[in-house]
Amino acid sequence: MKVLLSWLQEFAPGIDGDPIELGETLSALGLAVEEMTITGQGLDGIVLAKVLDLSPHPDADKIQVVQVDSGDGQPLQVCCGAFNMRVGDLIPFATVGTTMPNGMEIGVRKMRGLASNGMCCSAEEIGLGDDSNGIMLLTDSADESLVGQPITTALGMETDVLYDLEVNANRPDALSVAGVARDLAAALGVPFSFPKAHVERSGEPVETTATVTVHDPSLCGRFAARVLRNVTVGESPRWMQNRLIALGMRPINSVVDTSNYVMLELGQPNHVFDLDTLPDGVLNVRRARDGETLITLDEAERQLIAGDGGISNSADELVSLAGVMGGLSTEVTEQTANVLLEMAWWDPPSISRTVKRLNLPSEASTRFRRGCDWGENIDRAMDRFCELMADMGATIAPGQIDVSGDVPDVSAQRARVRKINSILGTDMTAQDMSNRLTAIGFGVTVVEDDLSISVPTFRWDVVSSHSAEFEANIAEEVGRMYGFERIEKTVPKGEQAGHLSQYQQDRRLVRQVLVGSGCDETQPMPFLAPGDLAKVGLAEDAISLANPLDASESVLRTSLLPGQLKSIAYNQSHRTPSPRFFELGTVFLAPKENDRGEMLPDEHEYLCVALAGEDATAAVAVVNVLANALALPNVQVRNSASLPGMHPTRSGEVVIAGRARGVVGEVAPSVLRSFDVDGRVAWLQLDLTEILNGPHGKRSYRRVSKFPSSDMDLAFVVPDDTGADRVRNTISKAGGDLLVDLSLVDTYRGPGVVEGSRSLAFRLRFQANDRTLTDEEITSTREAIIAAVAKQNSGTLR
Amino acid sequence: MAQRPSTDLDPEYLHFPSRKRREGRGIGQTGPMELDALVERATTEIAAASDLDALAEVERTVLGKKGELVSLKKTLGQLEPDERKVAGQALNEAMSKVAGVAGARRDVLAAAAEAEQLAAERLDLTEVMDAVNRGHLHLVTQARDRLEDVFVGMGFTVAEGPEVESAWYNFEALNIPEWHPARGSFDTIFVDLGEPETTMLRSHTSPVQVRTMENQEPPIYIVAPGRTFRTDTADATHLPAFNQIEGLVIDKGIGLGDLAGTIESFVGAFFGHEVTTRLRPSYFPFTEPSAEFDISTPSGDWLELGGCGVVQPKVLENCGIDPEVWQGFAFGFGIDRLAVMRYQLDDIRELVNNDVRFLRQF
Repeated sequence: MKVLLSWLQEFAPGIDGDPIELGETLSALGLAVEEMTITGQGLDGIVLAKVLDLSPHPDADKIQVVQVDSGDGQPLQVCCGAFNMRVGDLIPFATVGTTMPNGMEIGVRKMRGLASNGMCCSAEEIGLGDDSNGIMLLTDSADESLVGQPITTALGMETDVLYDLEVNANRPDALSVAGVARDLAAALGVPFSFPKAHVERSGEPVETTATVTVHDPSLCGRFAARVLRNVTVGESPRWMQNRLIALGMRPINSVVDTSNYVMLELGQPNHVFDLDTLPDGVLNVRRARDGETLITLDEAERQLIAGDGGISNSADELVSLAGVMGGLSTEVTEQTANVLLEMAWWDPPSISRTVKRLNLPSEASTRFRRGCDWGENIDRAMDRFCELMADMGATIAPGQIDVSGDVPDVSAQRARVRKINSILGTDMTAQDMSNRLTAIGFGVTVVEDDLSISVPTFRWDVVSSHSAEFEANIAEEVGRMYGFERIEKTVPKGEQAGHLSQYQQDRRLVRQVLVGSGCDETQPMPFLAPGDLAKVGLAEDAISLANPLDASESVLRTSLLPGQLKSIAYNQSHRTPSPRFFELGTVFLAPKENDRGEMLPDEHEYLCVALAGEDATAAVAVVNVLANALALPNVQVRNSASLPGMHPTRSGEVVIAGRARGVVGEVAPSVLRSFDVDGRVAWLQLDLTEILNGPHGKRSYRRVSKFPSSDMDLAFVVPDDTGADRVRNTISKAGGDLLVDLSLVDTYRGPGVVEGSRSLAFRLRFQANDRTLTDEEITSTREAIIAAVAKQNSGTLR
Repeated sequence: MAQRPSTDLDPEYLHFPSRKRREGRGIGQTGPMELDALVERATTEIAAASDLDALAEVERTVLGKKGELVSLKKTLGQLEPDERKVAGQALNEAMSKVAGVAGARRDVLAAAAEAEQLAAERLDLTEVMDAVNRGHLHLVTQARDRLEDVFVGMGFTVAEGPEVESAWYNFEALNIPEWHPARGSFDTIFVDLGEPETTMLRSHTSPVQVRTMENQEPPIYIVAPGRTFRTDTADATHLPAFNQIEGLVIDKGIGLGDLAGTIESFVGAFFGHEVTTRLRPSYFPFTEPSAEFDISTPSGDWLELGGCGVVQPKVLENCGIDPEVWQGFAFGFGIDRLAVMRYQLDDIRELVNNDVRFLRQF
């Protein structure tokens, strides 16, 4: 919402002072100033000029040669890139030597060989609107006798302060100049009042000219109508146009401009029907029926559903979409002479639903959705509209049609002073609160320690709240007027100790371990393109987005693999051939029903490690490091040829305590090719949710032995299809308690080893806690191990 | 010294026949003048020894088991007792003198040898291959961890929730009914699940508040960090998926002053105590009163950081908490934005591009 200081002052002349300080006061009231501009300044040198001649530039098609009269009656040559002027048009013209509002200096320039002595200006270039398409045409709004005069004089502009305010959704009243003035006046402690409108009435009264019936009181809380005759649809006065432009609206004609002006000034949207298009002046307010259609003012045919608010004529044909947009058939045109003026209060949820479904937001519906005033502001706005139109020659019919529907209950509610102070953290008295509320239009009586409050009809947001919510609302209003900045800052002390959960601590540990393993953490977006999952061999039935920004980001991932492969490909294409990545991220699995009976995706936190340029064993090594760090029980890697997207002979499942918790190995070459990844990629993906919620982290102290240990290397030739982990298990079991350390230190295939087998060399360390081991003990354990490997793994000592 | 002279031929004698020549001579035939000469010669040879090996050779010839002085000593027994005493004394003096000279020379030569060794071991410490990459936590993780740590220090625990939510958790429980104009301002990304617009990627972390309040009796002191989603086209300052952190306190008598104080305290710990905060009235359907909170910048301006407010009684009721007994506040702000501010990133998309040239900077 934009407001001009001069317009605010029409309601509260006491609003005055440093424009920056006034802006800060507005912000502190919750009307945040997004931008402040001083208007009507910085236009020195820009004059009203008349177009005398237009001719093509001999050497350029994108510019033309314009002869203008900038005040001395002589043609002055300029080159101009716009083509919307005609000979005789009046335009804003920047003379040579002018500094434009954007800082540009106007000098004599040569454009393709021809001199240009100044510049024809667009509305945007001189800060008189947003239009930058073409030169601003003032032919209809400025007087030709003023050619050569400063543009500010020619257009009757005065220096003013324009505030662009961010008005929150709970402040319907502040979407008007008057509403902003009320708040600001209260904060400054200066008087606020509405100027009295003077309207003379004549002719046949409204009541005998038109009839309004509200068939659905839940839709329409109040419908007021007046009739204006002898209306001339033409240009509105310049001062009105200037204000509309300043507030960001485009002047259209006298009737539309007046309608907008009243809405901006008082916050009351209104609609004007061409009375002569309404048979018998009959209007019926009702809900639409399913399948009904209406051609709206923008010439679009709207399909309606039951529940949409509508207004129909005597033939029960819809002529307006209530509170949203008028119908084309009853539109005010240049031929219109008599109009019916509607000002109503519409049920905010009803309007909201229609606006949202038809995607038809407008200045009017925005106000209705937030809840307009159904009280005296409608009468005030009626008077103001009529006053302005009367000034332009219209005749105002006596009387006003006024039909009531269901309006919110405004009977006084109680609010406890103690509760308000508790919500705010203040220590205000009842009287203090009462004064602050009264200043912004609330009716307050102090009853013992409580307040009895009548909410003004322009605060639908507060009216529609009750009990605890009402007190919170009142606390906000009191706090706003008291000043949030004055509230003492205190820090509550909870009794519990702050901490991370075990899961959260473990997650941090996982990250540290992976960083320590030389991996960089990535966080790709969780959206995939359709087909990405199929490319890694996964089902394409993942959950998709209903309104994706981009088709390439329309599927929720069920695996972290596609995102990682994309990241690797991106880095490889930027000369990092072998990134080592990890990610902890959410995947979205088949939906499950929650406690509320809602179906939501089964979300799991996955961990993945992607090592470009490395083989499967590098990923298995990471499994081992993690197993150690988290003390995972009984971790096994089981080779498997059927894991989606994985290399069939270099991958396996990670089994923890008997349950499959992920995959490890290498990504299948075909998958890598489809993502344009070069070389091998070692891959690990684990279901962290399951792992960290499952058994882990159990460690028991083992006393460090004070007795000497004995080391031994044993190499076994074992068939290729016997896993090294099985040999290791055999050794481990056969070694018993004396075997305190066991590691695979070498593998060998080649001469000296039977084809189809390989040699696995293990290093063993024997030690007891209570004695020095004897040679006999070590020898017998060694023999037991050799025998066990021979028997269980067909392994022979090499 | 009871040891008797060996009759075995020492092989070294073959190399040093001169010593052999002296062998037969006893101390009795050696006058003080000759002993002096021997000492002098030994001293000269020691001084001339150019390295530790040469010195050892000299020492062995003079002081060694079969050296000249020791050989002389062995002949003392042939002398009369009084002669033996004088000669023995002279011999001992001579031996300690030679040993002293040799020791001094050894120190010098050892020092020189070590110096030479050290010089030869010289390394150019800048001649180093690049170390392996140390691995980096993502910038957002670093920011999130730091925020969590500050709040844990203030007595909060960390709550988490799903990224896909129902309309109840994302909107309705938070006092944003289906028709509410505020719904539109969330620019929600909906998910194709169930009836249209009933399931969505959460547009804020506030659903975690609701889930926590539904499952936990007050008092509640939580922060909820996590990913949130809006239909914002990715550009230098927007991402459709970004991270927020939200705080919720529910306790007895909690009000706006507690909110302002908690924010001030957090900001002091996170940004430094010279940074101050202020609240400006604003509007959110789930808080009342609502505010935006700003932090002060070194240039004296205010920078909007996030939104906050006293929890709407209706929200408490929706979650089964009696607003007569309990009051609370909530606040929230962007984590990514803090990272962007801290490192002056000019393109927020770097946070999801996963370019190692970016990731390894932090």
